[in-house]
Amino acid sequence: MAWYVVRRLLQMIPVFFGATLLIYAMVFLIPGDPIQALGGEKGMSPALEASIRAQFHLDQPFIVQYLDFIKGIVTLDFGTSFSGRPVRDELVRAFPITFRLALMAVCIEFFFGVAFGLVAGLRKGKLFDSTMLVLSLIIIAVPIFVVGFLAQYLLGIKWGLAPVTVGAKASFGDLLVPAFVLGSLSFAYVLRLTRNAVAENVSADYVRTATAKGLGRPRVIVVHILRNSLIPVVTFVGTDLGFLMGGAVVTEGIFNIPGVGGTLYQAITRGEPPTVVAFVTVLIVILLLTNLIVDLLYAALDPRIRYA
Amino acid sequence: MRIKTITAVIAAGILAAGLTVAGCSSSGGDNTDLVLVNGGEPQRPLVPTDVNENMGGRVVDRLWAGLKYYDANGTARNEVAQSIDTTDRQHYKVTLKDWKFTDGTPVTAKSFVDAWNYGALVTNGQLQNSAFTEIAGYDDVQSNPPKAQTMSGLKVLDDHTFTVDLKEPSIDFELELGYAPFYPMPDAFFKDPKGFGNNPIGNGPYKFSTWEHNVKIEVLPNPDYHGGRPAKNKGLRFVMYQSYDTAYADLLQGNLDALDIIPDTALTTYEKDLGDRAIHKPIAYSQHIGIQSNVPHFSGEEGVLRRKAISMAINREQIAQNIFHGTRVPCQDFTAFTLPGFRPNLPGSDALKFNPDEAKKLWAQANTISPWSGTYEIAYNADGGHQAWIEAVANSVKNTLGIEAVGAPYPTFKNLRDVITDKTIGKAFRYGWQGDYPSIFEYLTQLFLTGSGSNNTLYSNPEYDRLLHQAEAAATPEQAYDIAAQAQTVLFKDMADIPVFDYNVAGGRSDKVKKAEITWSGLFDFENIEK
Repeated sequence: MAWYVVRRLLQMIPVFFGATLLIYAMVFLIPGDPIQALGGEKGMSPALEASIRAQFHLDQPFIVQYLDFIKGIVTLDFGTSFSGRPVRDELVRAFPITFRLALMAVCIEFFFGVAFGLVAGLRKGKLFDSTMLVLSLIIIAVPIFVVGFLAQYLLGIKWGLAPVTVGAKASFGDLLVPAFVLGSLSFAYVLRLTRNAVAENVSADYVRTATAKGLGRPRVIVVHILRNSLIPVVTFVGTDLGFLMGGAVVTEGIFNIPGVGGTLYQAITRGEPPTVVAFVTVLIVILLLTNLIVDLLYAALDPRIRYA
Repeated sequence: MRIKTITAVIAAGILAAGLTVAGCSSSGGDNTDLVLVNGGEPQRPLVPTDVNENMGGRVVDRLWAGLKYYDANGTARNEVAQSIDTTDRQHYKVTLKDWKFTDGTPVTAKSFVDAWNYGALVTNGQLQNSAFTEIAGYDDVQSNPPKAQTMSGLKVLDDHTFTVDLKEPSIDFELELGYAPFYPMPDAFFKDPKGFGNNPIGNGPYKFSTWEHNVKIEVLPNPDYHGGRPAKNKGLRFVMYQSYDTAYADLLQGNLDALDIIPDTALTTYEKDLGDRAIHKPIAYSQHIGIQSNVPHFSGEEGVLRRKAISMAINREQIAQNIFHGTRVPCQDFTAFTLPGFRPNLPGSDALKFNPDEAKKLWAQANTISPWSGTYEIAYNADGGHQAWIEAVANSVKNTLGIEAVGAPYPTFKNLRDVITDKTIGKAFRYGWQGDYPSIFEYLTQLFLTGSGSNNTLYSNPEYDRLLHQAEAAATPEQAYDIAAQAQTVLFKDMADIPVFDYNVAGGRSDKVKKAEITWSGLFDFENIEK
């Protein structure tokens, strides 16, 4: 098991370099010159442009810039943003907020999704099941910004139940509505995954055996049905944490949460290579790690899966 | 591992979420004495010579006092300057009042001269570098590598006096002195230019308090300030928003006191939502459609006819109403109708009125010179909310002239600027101009003078250049405005580009503030917002 983890961690190294190189190249290739854009409608003289370009080392060839970036990463120096601040400060500021939001969203989607999915699966074909299927279909069909604006308008402005915007503190209460919005789509998927797996497993042989052995209904449901039904759900939820962190752009925008989404969006439109690459790099690392954790959870859920 | 592991993992997850929550649940208790206004993360550090966009600019103007300041109507008044004397509008002598920076150091002649020299020196890479173009010796600090470190036109006489020599007379220079790049800088800045921008020290009506990046900037009244625009509130918080929709939602719920842009989605309802707290105000900002003279069919006599025809084919009135609900008004000249010296009904300004018959006639006339082929494309940046009106303009042109006309989106502002600066765009494009200081001459020189850095359309006419130089050297502003009117007549004769809309600000205030007015520049009169 330990060897497996080490091997996986070592595998991350080439993935990491390949991915950063790709991102760096892509940011480099985005058409349009970020330095010219800094000048706004007024533009700037060629001499000034050259001077600023040199400030940000953008006058170097691509590969030199990339190697510089990697050299910086080793010492945890992610470069400087156009506003003259270390990108590291931005990372430290933005990631905890988005991580908290994404974690809350994942918890919400997991608990509600599994709970509702379990009940629906056990009552396959009944009213509750059909209602849940229709509901999840609606959630999947409606774009997230619609859900977001609707929640903001109804809960925030109309009824005054929740804060309209979140701001820097991003406390638990502030993030509750955004987390529900962010988690809503995945909630629908988790619900459907759980429901199908449970519905299938209810009639499996080992469930009949367990019941025949005289085990209590709750124990059969939780230990036998649910545990086996969770494998696809955990895969989904695990990778979802990483995706939610990257995909929080819309939700963060609607609720004005100063997290990864907004900062990354701004950096992309301004074409700031250091900021974009640093943020995406951290996102990649998170994705790789959550993938690893998901794989390890398999073993916990199904003892037949062993890693060597 | 058994089921316990799963429960443990889940429990750990909840615990982690709970802990992060507990660490940050101390919301509330905000200092709501501050006036909450909308803002955004500045693009660059808060150094006046380096800030050229509105989010940084709105803060910088609160933190600094220049030789002059502009009141809400755009009139320039002395601030740190005791007097600015000149006989020929080329050689100026500036005398200062006694004044202090917020760190206690005095504001001296050197504070100004050093700051300007720093801003102008190309190797310092300051975005507002071009503000100093008119000063003698600017070209030497601009060459790469620079031939001099300081401008020869600036001389310190004593602590309270310095002189400025310009390359040639300028009617505008005195007025410009209220503009941010001309603010003075304390010694602390020159010791650590990099760190200063995140923790600035100024001499204005407010002093810097905190900057939480991407979240807010707070400024508090400066007790030592004794200029003409003292703060009438207990401080300002610039709340940074990722979208105006969110800012508007906050305004409605009372979490924001003043908002200077109503989002497009609320334009039809905001007057009903806000009642007498809705704000309208015409400002010095205009949108144009330009086309560079190297594009086929748009040079010489043919180009003039085609630009006039297109201009007359645009139903500005209708587009302003339908799309912008009155927050835009049709342009009346090449500058902005709110600026001092604006003259309505200049000869040739008929070309800005919707006149389908005349438009068709002019287009046909142009076709006799060289028959039209292809599609008339208008480029715009898709990240700036321009699609609707560009499509409407294209439609108006299409329906009137019976030619193919379409909007051509560029993903971002910088994509569009690139091809404009490289002169390779090959089609018409939108551009906007917002006055930095309240002067029609800024528009006329920056946009249309031969070889000017912001001359997007590559327009050039010796007659126009001559008139503009003559206006700059005029004895009084009134005379200068007269000559500027003649110069604009030349622009109309050549139809240098196609002015489309002037802006009206649509904004709002919450019921917590008694008064919040918008100034000539489109920003709030921040000092005078009362809570």
